[in-house]
Amino acid sequence: MKQILAAILWGVALAAAAAIEPAPFADPATEVRYRELLAELRCPKCQNQSLADSDALIAADLRAQVRRLMQEGASDEEIVAYLVARYGDFVRYRPPVDARTFALWLGPLALLALGGMAVWAVARRARPAGPAALSLEERERLAQLLDEQGEGPP
Amino acid sequence: MKRLVWFAPALAFLALAALLYLGLGRDPEALPSALVGRPVPAFALPDLADPQRQITEAVFTGEVTLLNVWATWCSACRTEHPFLMELARRGVRILGMNYKDRPDAARVWLERLGNPYALTFIDPLGTYGVDLGVYGAPETYLIDARGVIRARHVGVLDAAVWAELEPLYQRLREEAR
Repeated sequence: MKQILAAILWGVALAAAAAIEPAPFADPATEVRYRELLAELRCPKCQNQSLADSDALIAADLRAQVRRLMQEGASDEEIVAYLVARYGDFVRYRPPVDARTFALWLGPLALLALGGMAVWAVARRARPAGPAALSLEERERLAQLLDEQGEGPP
Repeated sequence: MKRLVWFAPALAFLALAALLYLGLGRDPEALPSALVGRPVPAFALPDLADPQRQITEAVFTGEVTLLNVWATWCSACRTEHPFLMELARRGVRILGMNYKDRPDAARVWLERLGNPYALTFIDPLGTYGVDLGVYGAPETYLIDARGVIRARHVGVLDAAVWAELEPLYQRLREEAR
C-alpha cells in the first residue's frame, strides 16, 4: 500500500516537474527569482493555478515570455507590468490596493475586528456578576451568626 | 436595538447567501480585457492565403471589424464557425487570426467549412496572442474604425452573445460614417 502511494506521489512530482520548462537559468539566483515570480503570477486559463503550476498552453507561453524578458534584463516589476498590460490585474495573486480592491484587502481585517467585537460583547455579558453586595441588615445578621458560632462549643 | 442584535446573524447570513447566489450566475472564466479602450497592439504577421504578404494593424482602420482568434485544434471554434459564416453573410467584416496552428491545416479548414474571414493572418507561436491578452481560442474582439478595441468575448460567439454585442457594433458603425 505504502509503495503504491509512494509511486503515485512520485508520478505527481514528475508531472509537476515536467510542467516546468527544462533548461534552467545558468545562474541559480536568476532561476530562484524566475520560480518565485512565476509562483506570484496567475494563469489566466486555469484560474486557480499559478503560472508555475499550470499545464495550460497559455501558461507555457507566458512562462516563455517571462523567461525571455528576464534574459533581456527586465526587472520583476517590469515583467509584472508587461503581463498586467495584457491580461489585467487578474494575473497578479497580490493585486495593488486601489478603489476596486480595497474590500479585498481590508475585508478580512474588518471581519476580524467585527468578530473580535462580538466575542468581547458576549464575554462581557456572560461574566458572572459575583456575589451581590450585602445590605446593611444582612451584614448585621452575618456578624450575628458568626458571633454565635464563635461563642458556641466546637 | 437589542432585538436588532439578535437578528444580526440571520441578516448577515442572508446577505452572504444573496452574494453567493449572484456569484453563481457569473461566468468565472470571463475576464475583462485589459485592452478594451486601447488601440490594437502593433503587429506584422503573414497573411494565411499569401504568407509572403505581411498584415499590420493598419487593416483595422476605416471599418468596424470583428477579430476572431481561431485554430483547427480548437473544437469550440468549429462550433462557432457556422455563426461566423452567418455574420459574414449579413455583411459583418470579420478578420481571422489563426492562433498557434499549422497554416496548411488552417487553409484546409477554410476550404472545407467555408471562409467567413475577409482576411486571416497567422500567429503560429502565439506571441501576438500574448500581446492581445488571448488566453484560449476562440476569442473575438470588436474593433472600431479607428483601430481601438471596444469589446472582447472569450468563448463561442453565438446568436445570444451577438445579441449583446450587436448594439455596440451598430453604434460604432454609425460613428464611423
